[in-house]
Amino acid sequence: MAADRPVRRLKSLLKMTAVRLSAVYFLIFTFGAVALVWYVTNTASDLIAQQARTGIEEEKAELAQIYRVTGIVGLVRSIDRRARQPGAGLYLATDATGRIIAGNVENLQAGVLDETGSTPDTFGYSRYGETGVYHKAIADVVSLPNGMRVLVGRDQSDAQRFREVVRSALILALAAMGALALIAWFVIGRRALMRLDRMSAASSRILAGDLGERLPVLGAGDEFDRLSENLNTLLARIALLQEGLRQVSDNIAHDLKTPLARLRSKAEAAQRAAHSEETRDHLEGIITDADVMIRTFDALLMISRVEAGSHPIQKTKIDLRAIASDVAELYEPLAEEADAELCCEGGPPVEIEASRELVAQAISNLVDNALKYGRAESGRTRVGIRVEETEGLVRLAVSDSGPGIPKDKHSRVLERFYRLDESRTQPGSGLGLSLVQAIARVHGGRLLLEDAAPGLTVVLEFPKRARDGVTHDETAQ
Amino acid sequence: MRILIIEDDREAATYLAKALKEAGHVADHAVDGEEGQHMAEGRDYDLWIVDRMLPKRDGLTVISDLRKSGARTPALILSALGQVDDRVEGLKAGGDDYLTKPYAMSELLARAEVLGRRRASGEVETSYQVGDLELDRLSHEVRRAGKPIVLQPREFRLLEYLMKHAGQVVTRTMLLENVWDYHFDPQTNVIDVHVSRLRSKIEREFDGPLLHTVRGSGYIMRDGG
Repeated sequence: MAADRPVRRLKSLLKMTAVRLSAVYFLIFTFGAVALVWYVTNTASDLIAQQARTGIEEEKAELAQIYRVTGIVGLVRSIDRRARQPGAGLYLATDATGRIIAGNVENLQAGVLDETGSTPDTFGYSRYGETGVYHKAIADVVSLPNGMRVLVGRDQSDAQRFREVVRSALILALAAMGALALIAWFVIGRRALMRLDRMSAASSRILAGDLGERLPVLGAGDEFDRLSENLNTLLARIALLQEGLRQVSDNIAHDLKTPLARLRSKAEAAQRAAHSEETRDHLEGIITDADVMIRTFDALLMISRVEAGSHPIQKTKIDLRAIASDVAELYEPLAEEADAELCCEGGPPVEIEASRELVAQAISNLVDNALKYGRAESGRTRVGIRVEETEGLVRLAVSDSGPGIPKDKHSRVLERFYRLDESRTQPGSGLGLSLVQAIARVHGGRLLLEDAAPGLTVVLEFPKRARDGVTHDETAQ
Repeated sequence: MRILIIEDDREAATYLAKALKEAGHVADHAVDGEEGQHMAEGRDYDLWIVDRMLPKRDGLTVISDLRKSGARTPALILSALGQVDDRVEGLKAGGDDYLTKPYAMSELLARAEVLGRRRASGEVETSYQVGDLELDRLSHEVRRAGKPIVLQPREFRLLEYLMKHAGQVVTRTMLLENVWDYHFDPQTNVIDVHVSRLRSKIEREFDGPLLHTVRGSGYIMRDGG
């Protein structure tokens, strides 16, 4: 778990919209920056080359003047002098056979002297006394009438170096920016993620049934706060509507119960006064039906009262095993009458903090269901009650050997008034499991249906330490 | 029995008073907490039937005030609040029984009868006798016509309760509350099965029925028809 967490966090960080968007922006920015660098360095080196060419042109003009005035001897001397000056450009004079007469170039890329005019590209050369060290240069080649060739050029190493320096500086800056961006995402993203985590933790609690829970508002007035506030308003409305609905159904149940109770009382009175056995039987039927309706309303009212949580239940330390065996004892004659075997596993006391009456009601509903609907198709019906203690949890399982419930119907049978087609012939209201579920929830536990193959196991799960209301999966940091 | 009804709902009170009169009791009616307390202090009643929510003075306050001044009259609390804890609260305040509204009249009558009569009997008995059936509470022995009958512990408590209230109607909820000490609603009438089991043990090999079913209400222990 602990090792998983950072990996999981990183994965969820990468899934965030903000992080994805900024990754795209970073790519676009990088592309733009590279283009800029390319443009700047190229323009700058073009400029440097341009300057060099202008210099060469001027020098060529000077040398032409010298040639015109002093002839070949003066030209060679001038070249020789210029070549010796510190920081000089490139000078070379060869005779018609290609032998070097004057200048500071020792070696030249082949073919440079073959063409006259400006060299189209830079070429490699090495200076006099620097054998083996090659530089880049541009030059102009002039051919004299006697077959002599004169080369005037400018070294291009500086331009090259300039380009390299600018490029490496830019690459360094880009790398630093990337690293900074990454750190910024991580910090900003993590902050956003933490807030989102808190929001989703709150919403899972709300989903678990705690409509009183609200999304966190930090008071920063940012988009998260605005979202939370809006959702909270929405929740308040839902809670209001739900409360209204609950009250309406409560009122209906309550208002119908009063006339029903009167109806029952009147039927009783009439039964006492009746003379014929037949009339008494009819009235008995009315009383039984009224009892069924009253029981349904009672269950409905109890579910909504328990679910609403407006009346916090009183929890005391109770022994779940003792209550389970009480209920088993209560139902034992009924099981025997139905030719079923009802057994409750014994053991040391298992203490939980709960309402004794509600827990007994829940177990009684489960056993009642098991005896009614869990009848074995062949052989003797077995209903078992088991109490298990696991880490932090107490489980009470009631299993039967009946036909079970198909998996896809598991969640449906927990709905109010839902009844499986097969069980419609049996008396019942379809509220039994809903009530058990409500009881489980109000104790911070839950109700689970499991396949017992054959049969069904219904598990009531309670936390060992009493918690109010819904289960909190993971508390937000 | 002389019964005081403290209830602000006049219609419900009239209906209740009529049923009590039909059952052979005399009923007085107070419409609020103050009047009720005044009437309870001024006259010796066999039973108070008190609505929990009353104008001027809350039903539970009335009962606990009366108890503080030494009154021992049994009190039956009526309430629209049906939660388990409401019941505990009511009994803590000095009530002797608690019934959730709306109630079945037979249930109320049976409880009123048991509560009122409890006071009349007063002392604690160590043995009960109904016809030729005897139950010794100390030795846990049950005999009918001199022949011992073996009962399970729960059956013994069931019989004990029924015999203690011999001649009175005892409802299924009363049995669940007093014999099992639970107040929840078992979906099926499990109590009936327990009772019929007990009945077969005390009646099968003997003459004459003792444990009778009262239709629509519950059971009654009585010698003869």
